[in-house]
Amino acid sequence: MTERDRIDCEEVVAHLLDYLDGEIDAEKRVQIDRHLEECRGCYSRAEFERELRRRLRELGKESAPETLRRRLKALLDEF
Amino acid sequence: MWRAVALERSRASAPGLDSAGRTAGFPVNPADDRAFFCGEIGRLTNRLYGTALRLTRNTAQAEDLVSETVVKAWASLGQLTDRACFEKWILRILANTFISGWRRAREEPVGTLTEEEDEEDGFSLFDRLHQPFLLWWGNPEQELINKLLREDLDRALNALPDCYRTVVVLVDMEGYSYAEVASVLEVPVGTVRSRLNRARASLQRALWNQARAAGLVDTGQEQEGERR
Repeated sequence: MTERDRIDCEEVVAHLLDYLDGEIDAEKRVQIDRHLEECRGCYSRAEFERELRRRLRELGKESAPETLRRRLKALLDEF
Repeated sequence: MWRAVALERSRASAPGLDSAGRTAGFPVNPADDRAFFCGEIGRLTNRLYGTALRLTRNTAQAEDLVSETVVKAWASLGQLTDRACFEKWILRILANTFISGWRRAREEPVGTLTEEEDEEDGFSLFDRLHQPFLLWWGNPEQELINKLLREDLDRALNALPDCYRTVVVLVDMEGYSYAEVASVLEVPVGTVRSRLNRARASLQRALWNQARAAGLVDTGQEQEGERR
């Protein structure tokens, strides 16, 4: 990797959320990957954002109430 | 209404009728369709309800939303080209149903962030908590995440206005791409990105405030964070 390909922490922070969302071009992704391998501060930031998302995803884990299950069964029985 | 939809669906899947969009060579059999559909709904009921609850913030409305989604999905099952994609397909129907018909019918406001929240576009919980000199000795940001309760996250997410909460649910919880969310919401991708950034900043600000109120942030961290 040449110096030209290196990016600084400021640029990583600017693109980090897009990077974690998979909304970034391949070249930038590689640059950030490499930066994160070398920069503990940015790596910690990325891990923090990942962990926060993981906790958010857990919120979607609900157990459907029995009333809904009965309602869906009645609907499906009519299909 | 759902009886009419069911009738329409059974006609559409009858032998000899158009099965456009279905896997080529796949036999058209209403009984197979039904068995497949019922199996998938049974498997995904919790998932559908969880997403619906995050979107509506109301258990009764979440049940209505899931039921309406199931009826719509059955009516358009013939349009599903790859059955392996059923989960994503029906979640998209659920999101569409919430965003278009559901919310408009009830004339609920889309909502906006407060002026203060809007100005805090770049708020970062990590910046408030991270202490570089502790790199090898501690990790206060990770410690805070570990201390946050499900209710803390739930409260912060539910406090977001609809249009901001929706993008967080679809991207952070459901794994949608920006383009997919833009398509569902009928807004440009740039709008999705800016709403997401503001929503995340507002969410993290709410978590920060909750952490302070609950005494999860020590005074030193708080003062250091305020200086940033």
